[in-house]
Amino acid sequence: MDTDLGWWAVPLALIGGAIRISTPFLFVSLGETITEKSGRINLGLEGTLIFGAMIGYGMAYLIGDAWAQAAINDAIAQGLPPPAVSARSYPMAAWLGVGIAAIAGSLFGVVHGLICSLKRVNDIAVGIAMMLFGMGIAFYFGKPFIAPAAPDLPSIPFAAWSDVSQVRDAFNVNALFIIGIVLAVVLWWAFRNTRLGLILRVVGDSADAARALGYNINLVRTLATAVGGAFAGIGGAFLSLYYPGSWNEGISSGQGLMAVALVIFARWNPIACFWAAMLFGGTSALGPALQAVGVTGGYYLFNAAPYILTLGLMVATSSRNRAMAGAPGELSITR
Amino acid sequence: MVQLVGDGGDAVAPPPRVTGRSVLDWISRRAEVVVIPLGAILAGLVLFGVFLWIQGHDPFQFYDLMYLGGFGRQLSIESALSRAAPLLFAALCVALPARLGLVVIGGEGAIVLGGLAAAAIALPLANAPAFVGIPAMAIAAMIAGGFWIGIAGALRHYRGVNETISSLLLAYVAIALMNHIVEGPLRDPASLNKPSTAPIADQLMVGTLPGLNVHWGFAVGVVACILAWILIDRTTWGFSARIAGGNVRAAQIQGLPVGKLIIGFCALGGAFAGLAGMFEVAAVQYSANGSLAARYGYTGILIAFLARHNPLMIIPFAVLLGGIEASGGLIQRRMGLPDATILVFEGLLFVLILISETFYGRFRIFNPEKRSPA
Repeated sequence: MDTDLGWWAVPLALIGGAIRISTPFLFVSLGETITEKSGRINLGLEGTLIFGAMIGYGMAYLIGDAWAQAAINDAIAQGLPPPAVSARSYPMAAWLGVGIAAIAGSLFGVVHGLICSLKRVNDIAVGIAMMLFGMGIAFYFGKPFIAPAAPDLPSIPFAAWSDVSQVRDAFNVNALFIIGIVLAVVLWWAFRNTRLGLILRVVGDSADAARALGYNINLVRTLATAVGGAFAGIGGAFLSLYYPGSWNEGISSGQGLMAVALVIFARWNPIACFWAAMLFGGTSALGPALQAVGVTGGYYLFNAAPYILTLGLMVATSSRNRAMAGAPGELSITR
Repeated sequence: MVQLVGDGGDAVAPPPRVTGRSVLDWISRRAEVVVIPLGAILAGLVLFGVFLWIQGHDPFQFYDLMYLGGFGRQLSIESALSRAAPLLFAALCVALPARLGLVVIGGEGAIVLGGLAAAAIALPLANAPAFVGIPAMAIAAMIAGGFWIGIAGALRHYRGVNETISSLLLAYVAIALMNHIVEGPLRDPASLNKPSTAPIADQLMVGTLPGLNVHWGFAVGVVACILAWILIDRTTWGFSARIAGGNVRAAQIQGLPVGKLIIGFCALGGAFAGLAGMFEVAAVQYSANGSLAARYGYTGILIAFLARHNPLMIIPFAVLLGGIEASGGLIQRRMGLPDATILVFEGLLFVLILISETFYGRFRIFNPEKRSPA
């Protein structure tokens, strides 16, 4: 039932949008937090996100399609009528796509990490190069996957009790969102309380201290970048396999980059990353939400809202003179 | 800030003694900045060839077509030079701020807004003569582009906001702004499928160079590169910018106007990128529309890094990349490769050119001071 909610539809759509749209922001920013805690910045996550979206979608489709074909062939071999299955009938294939996107993302991270381990190579520039390379290779291999339909990631209907369809839609929560929240809490705890978290922070705060303690700085940073890349790959797979839920070359326009800016705003704190991601998700939903209630003028301007918000937050939280509180000491971007 | 413009190993070496071998030494020191990028490009050609070969494509056919489509005939050279025109300006938008250690990657936004401003000012100037209208379009484009990248510079200086992220975010805002304006206030009702501003008047269209089917934007771009080189290599402003790029605090103690330099160099880079947009409107599209966001800004980043932020070196690399991009259509048709093929090649080239940074100062042949006993 589609109830006319009037202007109430706007805050509801914003909350629903925040939950739906925030997930890729959350994953990319958590991954980037790990990388930046180690003292490096990976601006290439935009490219990783797009490649993750392509490979996750493509693999989910190919695996689902193979399973569907196998089911049909089995039925024919047994003399049964072929079942009406397609790639979309296998949510498990979508999860495999997420896993493959994570592996691909970590490979991008390893490449970034290894190149940055070379002397006199600037991590920001490598990030830009990896961003362009990731986009190029995603578009190159992604052409055949624009048309076919891959399975969706399943979601949990938290508001199944409601008979208002907009409420049900808003609280249809994807499992990755919940995994993201759990990861944020686990990371927050692990940074403070585990040996790995300590090693990461030492390497990120003072390369000299880490060297004195006998840690291999480049190894730690490369691994941290690889984990960050895997997170961004998952974020990309969410884009193509759940929301918006298809693969095309315009699937991300700066989400990966905004998530990197968001980490600075969140002061390298995973819990703050979650709230910041929710804020960004809600802002991104502003344009479509207003359009749904009939405000159509300035559609493109409302779409620019997340970028302007990011800029505003960066202006508000940066400072000309003092180093940022909580910033890893070795990070080039805050010096 | 980061140290972007190094002089390789000889930055820390003692000044060379004047000997009989000094000319040879000079050549071998200079050769480093040519040989290392060429080595990176060669490595890119080989690696990309392997990439194609693994997928069952013929790399030799690919490079053959690249040569044919980009440089092999007069027609393709003209098309390479035409494509190089916006790339020259876009690369300057990266190279000028780089003198101060800034990594500005939002040139795309300045191109888009420059084109939009040029198309907008052309509307009331529909009856103006060319010698008034064309400079007015150029000035409007330079102000729009300069303002946009100037914002990134000002945020950097006054608020410490990272210019790499802010400039790219501003590029997305600029594209949204352009879409809003060409679909709303300035939309030409006659543009049905592709929302555009009204076409500019005939006399405001910029023609081609004498004897070549290449628009004037290329010549202006080459002049801009030469002027930018004079600015940073032969003036005190350029010298101050280099000092500030090396060490901000030392520059401030010296009393250099660091803030003005940062904002000025960013704004000048943005103004050049704005000109790229103006020529796209005045010589190619004849109106402002979505085609202004054609990734010139991103190719410009690659060119600036290939040229190691030296404006004179931007000229050959812009022509090279212009040729490579011009050959894209031919490669797509003849080999059935996706249009993103060139994008992959450029991305690979970018990664390799950054890896090559690590080799500066490592080869003895390029560092005569290390070779000769002290």
